[in-house]
Amino acid sequence: MELLNVDSITMKFGGLTAVNNFKLKINPGELIGLIGPNGAGKTTVFNMITGIYTPTINKIYFQDNDITGMKPDKIAREGIARTFQNMRLMDNLTVLDNVMIGFHLHLKSTLTSAIFKFPGYVREEEDIYSRSMELLGKVELEKCKMEKAGSLPYGQQRKLEIARALATGPKLLLLDEPAAGMNPQETRRLMDFIQKIQDEFSLTIFLIEHDMKVVMGICKRILVMDYGITIAEGNPKEIQNNPEVIKAYLGVDANYA
Amino acid sequence: MKKQNTKIFTIFALIVLGILVYLAENHLDAYKLRILNLSAIYITLGVSLNLIYGFTGQFSLGHAGFMAIGAYVTALLVLPPYYKEMIFILEPLAWPFTVMHTPFIVALFFSGLFAAIAALLIGLPVLRLKGDYLGIATLGFAEIIRVIANNIPRITNGALGIKGIPEFTNLWWTAGVAIFTIYIIKGLINSSYGRALMAIRENEIAAEVIGVNLTYHKVMSFTISAFFAGVAGGLFACLLTTIDPKAFMFLMTFNILIVVVLGGFGSITGTVIAAFLFNFFLEYLRPIEAGFNIGPIVVPGIPGLRMVTFAALLLIVILYKQKGLLGGIEFTWEGLFQFVNKLFSKNKSSEGSAT
Repeated sequence: MELLNVDSITMKFGGLTAVNNFKLKINPGELIGLIGPNGAGKTTVFNMITGIYTPTINKIYFQDNDITGMKPDKIAREGIARTFQNMRLMDNLTVLDNVMIGFHLHLKSTLTSAIFKFPGYVREEEDIYSRSMELLGKVELEKCKMEKAGSLPYGQQRKLEIARALATGPKLLLLDEPAAGMNPQETRRLMDFIQKIQDEFSLTIFLIEHDMKVVMGICKRILVMDYGITIAEGNPKEIQNNPEVIKAYLGVDANYA
Repeated sequence: MKKQNTKIFTIFALIVLGILVYLAENHLDAYKLRILNLSAIYITLGVSLNLIYGFTGQFSLGHAGFMAIGAYVTALLVLPPYYKEMIFILEPLAWPFTVMHTPFIVALFFSGLFAAIAALLIGLPVLRLKGDYLGIATLGFAEIIRVIANNIPRITNGALGIKGIPEFTNLWWTAGVAIFTIYIIKGLINSSYGRALMAIRENEIAAEVIGVNLTYHKVMSFTISAFFAGVAGGLFACLLTTIDPKAFMFLMTFNILIVVVLGGFGSITGTVIAAFLFNFFLEYLRPIEAGFNIGPIVVPGIPGLRMVTFAALLLIVILYKQKGLLGGIEFTWEGLFQFVNKLFSKNKSSEGSAT
């Protein structure tokens, strides 16, 4: 049984077809990459899977449940978490709060018990606090837990966003350009980190990347999109030698490249 | 510092406040008491607006509407039936209100409850809007409430308003309600629910993707905010003893908004301080409107100049302290003690350098 089954979805914004006939099946434990030039529709695919957009045509199934048109918070409850290309942290909240908010969907306390700090609520908060600290330890951010998230350096903000996504306890993690704006060294460390968390949390990861090296290095299967159309699918080697892909990236005939 | 200690300090501070209220009630004249009462009511209003605007980030301008609901509910519940029969001269009062008569505290509770129900009904559709659009929609709601109040004389006595409401409100009530409001809203803010509200303020999409139910949290925040606005409206009615629809024009909302902006978004301490400053300034700036002399120069009084001064003050705050007077800083006992410690250590070092 596949974890995620995207059944040839299409997304139209007025006259513009952002994503056309996108098909994808992800099996549990896979690490899949999605690449393509700017404006190819990669983030739109993520937005449809996480419920920010509803596909114009066809449906998305997660663990055989139809999640098309569900609200993002419901989809998060189903077990899909994501990060954003242009990070969306709660900048004015502390690093610790940013992770603790990730546990939101596991909370059971009622509003009254939270306002009046009943013992059950306090226990739950303490539990979430220690789990958050554990997660912060994994991304090496426990020292700056009381700092504002917006004041962290760029690379650490990326890690914090991943930690927050992990806090929701996902089965499928979507990473939108996790290496954007990082230098080669940081990128390599991030790749190691992604593989580490995949093993540790037994995650299935689907990532968008601009940097070919990242995807080629860690993904076993890669999809390539251009102008909303999936132009190639296969293992890194096949993708590297695919003339369509080279054309999309370099914009010239493969012979000249 | 231990939690036990801060609890003792808080109780001690409440006792001191109680003594101060007692002294104020017995020694201050009616004029000064009125200012203090209004300040306390503004604290309730400001803190409740801060919950929806400052902490949840939803630009709501409906507070005057919720106040109006609360004020009318309290007025109708605390007035004795025979008196109500007397003042409703345009058209007789509708049935259930003719016989209803409850103690003040019950009336206040129902004021909050009705305001909260209104917020629930209006919030479900309206809170889908964002930013300025939400502000306009809630402002429209407040105006609708006012226009309705003007046009259902069988319940509100129309434009004549309700007069002779018993003056139940005193400093015990206003200060008590203000403290209760702060206690509840602070408890909410410092909880997992408050964290979700602030997450919505910071980044709505991120909050939703993490699993925060936007509709539930926004409506919850809006409803609680409206509850306290309704209670404040009830206090307001029994302080002024006269209410009419004109009292709840949008100017009222803007007064509360000034308090929140002045004190700082997301700072309860700031709102409390700003509420006092606002009401004191409003009174002590009266000479500007009455006209005054600077030596030989006679400055003529210009009606409305108080509000112009206020607008200027607000502009200065917005220009130079974007985050308001306190800018999100909250009073804590730990903070106070650290501050005192710093002062002492400074004194010591200066003494050291002197010798």
